[in-house]
Amino acid sequence: MQGYLSLWDEYGARIMESFWANLQLTFWAFIACAILGTILAIMRISPIPSLRAFGTAYVNIFRNTPLTIIMTFGVLVLFGVFQLQLSDDFNFNFFQIAIIGLTIYHAAFFCEAIRSGVNTVPLGQAEAARAIGLGFLPAARLVILPQAFRGAIVPMGNVLIALIKNTTVALAGSVAEISGLMKTMIEYRADQGILIFLTIALMFVVIVVPIGILVTWLSKKLAVAR
Amino acid sequence: MSAAKQSVLFDAPGPKAKRRILLINILGVLALLGLLVYLVLGLNSAGQLAPEKWNVFLKGGVWSNFILPGLLKTLQAAAISIVTSLIFGFIFGMGRLSHNKVIDWISTIVVEFFRAVPVLLMMLFLWIMLARSGWVEPQDSPFYAVVIGLTLYNGSVIAELIRSGVHGLPRGQREAGIAIGLTRSQSLRLIEIPQALTAMLPALISQFIVILKDSALGYIINFNELLFNGKLVGTGNSNMFQSLVIVAAIFIILNFALSKLASVVSSRLSSRGQL
Repeated sequence: MQGYLSLWDEYGARIMESFWANLQLTFWAFIACAILGTILAIMRISPIPSLRAFGTAYVNIFRNTPLTIIMTFGVLVLFGVFQLQLSDDFNFNFFQIAIIGLTIYHAAFFCEAIRSGVNTVPLGQAEAARAIGLGFLPAARLVILPQAFRGAIVPMGNVLIALIKNTTVALAGSVAEISGLMKTMIEYRADQGILIFLTIALMFVVIVVPIGILVTWLSKKLAVAR
Repeated sequence: MSAAKQSVLFDAPGPKAKRRILLINILGVLALLGLLVYLVLGLNSAGQLAPEKWNVFLKGGVWSNFILPGLLKTLQAAAISIVTSLIFGFIFGMGRLSHNKVIDWISTIVVEFFRAVPVLLMMLFLWIMLARSGWVEPQDSPFYAVVIGLTLYNGSVIAELIRSGVHGLPRGQREAGIAIGLTRSQSLRLIEIPQALTAMLPALISQFIVILKDSALGYIINFNELLFNGKLVGTGNSNMFQSLVIVAAIFIILNFALSKLASVVSSRLSSRGQL
């Protein structure tokens, strides 16, 4: 117990700092992937064949690529080969590249979440929208998507939960986040290895489980009454 | 299902709308071509399309020494993890359906915990601790860490799939089982789970894709799988971009084939019209 408490004295501030980095990655990547994913979903349900093909290709490619490859690509290729400099600050540069990687990967899943939401919208809604003279974009914006979002709360929540956990993969993108810190801590204090793991793991449980409950509650509360 | 529903988002276009769709379509094709040309020109001016960067992959050595052994390790780890996750999922799925409160609680805690913890955290922890414990040869510890990490996470997801699959069955199935004199666990094992399994087969195959994809996390803990070996090729021949593209392409092809299988299975099942 003494050993475990001394661990907090030594690493406590860094644990909070690193976990904050994971939460920041989650925040920015979720906003970005929601925007990109919605655009992709609109492309995939649009009447324009070329845009549909692009949306389908994007989803098939990035949904089937391991996130680890995308993160490694960011460091070794975007930074290593093409010297991508989004920021003068060395660490912040990797942080931003990691956000891009997380966004690209999760946008494919977000797009599919929206599309499954679109499938919950009954035919009559689209027909009614057309009957009052709305074209594709107005119908999508005013009638279909608002209901699709409400029908897609659970899959969107699943994307958010996956994203929170996947921010640990930013370790492969040279970002100072919690899984890298946990590795260092266990390496230096193997005697406390199990407690270190449980501590960090519980931090995720404490974030992820309530979000899961919240998502279920929201999906019931916001469900379109039919 | 989705194709039929989506097409009704817009009317069968009239002559004017047809022209407009054609116009936007042409603009879309041009924009995509423009993006492609921009990428190709950019890569070319950076010297990334030079033949010597790609020629390495025409030689057998790179494949027989790096790519194929790496792919073999990836497939091995994934295949073993699929089997162990199924076993894990089965045990804890049954546990969550158990009428014994204690077993139910324990299973719930285990499943919820491992679903909420990032796989990478488990792998890092297992990797270091297994290497130090002396239970396995230190050089094998990445492999065990990958397999156990994948099993704990995906097994928990499968347990949850089994539970929801059984809950989705009509109640009459269990009642009929009990009526012919089976115990609750017999009816679960012989009647409910076999039916739930067929219904959840597409979701199960999708989970295998997750296992295959997440096996690439092993790269971070020095497991010599496909991505790890691909990086070695890239470092050795200074063609990191090309190597990672090849590795990604292999993963995409494998996963795409699996997801096609999932959709074939799912359409077969729905056309059978059971349940």
